[in-house]
Amino acid sequence: MTQDDLIIADPKMRAQGVNVFYGDKQAINDVSIDVGTDLVTAFIGPSGCGKSTFLRSLNRMNDTVASARVTGKIELDGEDIYAPSMDVVQLRARVGMVFQKPNPFPKSIYDNVGYGPRIHGLAPSKADLDVVVERALVRAGLWDEVKDRLNESGTALSGGQQQRLCIARAIAVDPEVILMDEPCSALDPIATAKIEELIHELRGKFAIVIVTHNMQQAARVSQRTAFFHLGTLVEYGKTTDIFTNPKQERTKDYITGRYG
Amino acid sequence: MTFNAAALLLLIAGLALIGWIAGRQRSNLLAGRSGAKLHSRPQYHGWYVALWLFAPAALFLAVWSSVSPGLVTNEVLASEAAENLPEFGFERGAILSDARAVAQGKQAAVRLPAAAPLVEPYAAAAHKYAWIGIAAMLALALAGGLYAFTRIKPDFRARTRVERIVMAVLLLASLVAILTTFGIVLSLLFESIRFFQLVSPLELLFGTNWAPQSGAPQPDTFGGIPLFWGTVLIGAIIAMIVAIPIGMMTAVYLTQYAAPRVRQWVKPCLEILAGVPTVVYGYFAALTVAPALREFAVMLGIPNASTESALAAGIVMGVMIIPFVSSMADDSINAVPQAMRDGSLALGATPNETIRQVLIPAALPGVMGGILLAVSRAIGETMIVVMAAGLSANLTANPFASVTTVTAQIVKLLTGDQEFDSAKTLAAFALGLVLFIVTLLLNIAALRIVKKYREAYE
Repeated sequence: MTQDDLIIADPKMRAQGVNVFYGDKQAINDVSIDVGTDLVTAFIGPSGCGKSTFLRSLNRMNDTVASARVTGKIELDGEDIYAPSMDVVQLRARVGMVFQKPNPFPKSIYDNVGYGPRIHGLAPSKADLDVVVERALVRAGLWDEVKDRLNESGTALSGGQQQRLCIARAIAVDPEVILMDEPCSALDPIATAKIEELIHELRGKFAIVIVTHNMQQAARVSQRTAFFHLGTLVEYGKTTDIFTNPKQERTKDYITGRYG
Repeated sequence: MTFNAAALLLLIAGLALIGWIAGRQRSNLLAGRSGAKLHSRPQYHGWYVALWLFAPAALFLAVWSSVSPGLVTNEVLASEAAENLPEFGFERGAILSDARAVAQGKQAAVRLPAAAPLVEPYAAAAHKYAWIGIAAMLALALAGGLYAFTRIKPDFRARTRVERIVMAVLLLASLVAILTTFGIVLSLLFESIRFFQLVSPLELLFGTNWAPQSGAPQPDTFGGIPLFWGTVLIGAIIAMIVAIPIGMMTAVYLTQYAAPRVRQWVKPCLEILAGVPTVVYGYFAALTVAPALREFAVMLGIPNASTESALAAGIVMGVMIIPFVSSMADDSINAVPQAMRDGSLALGATPNETIRQVLIPAALPGVMGGILLAVSRAIGETMIVVMAAGLSANLTANPFASVTTVTAQIVKLLTGDQEFDSAKTLAAFALGLVLFIVTLLLNIAALRIVKKYREAYE
């Protein structure tokens, strides 16, 4: 895939020949892809195509599934994340994740955002933590809505607010990459628009990878798009190229709504 | 001719079978003749007839079985032969039952001479009422069966009727448990009220001296505080100090760390622990743990070290409760959505941090509910404390000393030769009532907490 190398000049993460198995079943088959540092990369494809599975292998969340096994090589800044020397806790601090369904902890808004910085010792004093929490909430575009009720439970917020809280929570540990697994699929259109706006603002500060069912969303928020089908990477390129001039027949069929 | 309820039940069951077949046949026949489609399948018509035949007759049988002996006795008492009977009391009853035994053929000859003239009237009366009963029952069965049989038509909604009857039977079955509980409470309540007529409730609840004597109640001897304290010390303090940490850690290990194979072995083992009869725990506490603890206490130089110590009973009770706490905690931790755990891990939290800071706080309400249930079980537990905690009502915080509990005292008050209406015996019922109310409140609180918490994640 020499062509891909041309697309990404400065890859943040680089996957080479990655296979993921659940027990005997192969979910991902020989996927190689580069994720750019200052770019938003979208993974699209029909349900069950393996895009979420692949996303979860980028910060080793698949480790929590007993039967999952990953082969091949995934690098973060040239470092093999599946090497025995890699500390998975450190890795996940560097590669954060936002999930499909908002999953705030049943704690206060403040404690939700402060959770990561606390466990990683990023804020030695209460005053430091206040600063970190405020900054993360501001960057997630939630500060104005919650600044007067930081002690209320995070689960009492609306769905869209909860998802932005989860993004703030991920931002608070200052990761290098943020993985988003269909972050808007449980939200209404207005909340979705807010999240998309937020992704625009976060671009350049973090490398962002977003999995989405929604092709318009991929077109709106991303600069690079990867199309997955049946566990393989069919096509990867600039988002504009993928949507206006796909090279593969299968990509074209999917984008034009022939199947999916 | 005697009134044999079991045989009669069999008889009407046989009739019901015939009714079933007849009802089924008739519905088929009617449908075939008129060409109309049956609303319900033929066996429902059969069931409808069978139920109508069986249920009223069986109900009558049950009532008659309990009423007829009284009717027979009344008839005998009204006869001429009964005029010479002693007026009241034990002798009269003995003579009557002697006559009854001979009349029913359970006994070859009378033991009391006075019973001899009564045998004949007894047999006659029994014969008469048996016939009345059987005739009435059969009449009822046939009437019910005929009523149902005549109602069979192709468009008769037999299925709906049968389902309604089945539902009523199920409802009745579930009422049995509820009504029994109600009856238990009432019986406790009546005896307790008799006790509280002799001794003030305030004394029982707040008095500090427990030394019940037989005979008329002495002042200030029914103070329940030492018992309540002993119960709390053993069941709610020592047992929980053992059971909560070990049970929680077990649950955390099993839900978060254990490989499926390990879990597969450890869980059944815990369940076996929960199934050990409490008397076995009692032996273990009394024969193994208590002497060891006493030696340990003597070595430490603790005064009043007794072989019957609160500590021994409490520790063993705690062990008994471990599976209870761990399985409740296991359920609560498992009920915390996987998304919560993933969210924490994805932030770079270690499994340990995830458990301590996310899973356990989220599972806490459920765990609290489980702990309350465990406490209510522990304070109602009897065998272990009877065997290991002793019977002396001491008001002490020394866990090596002997204390007693509500349940142990109930056993003590009710065992041996006791008149059944002295304050001493009645006190057992009052204590039982207090225990019942406390465990009931604990259970209600626990269930409310657990329910509220379950809703939070749905």
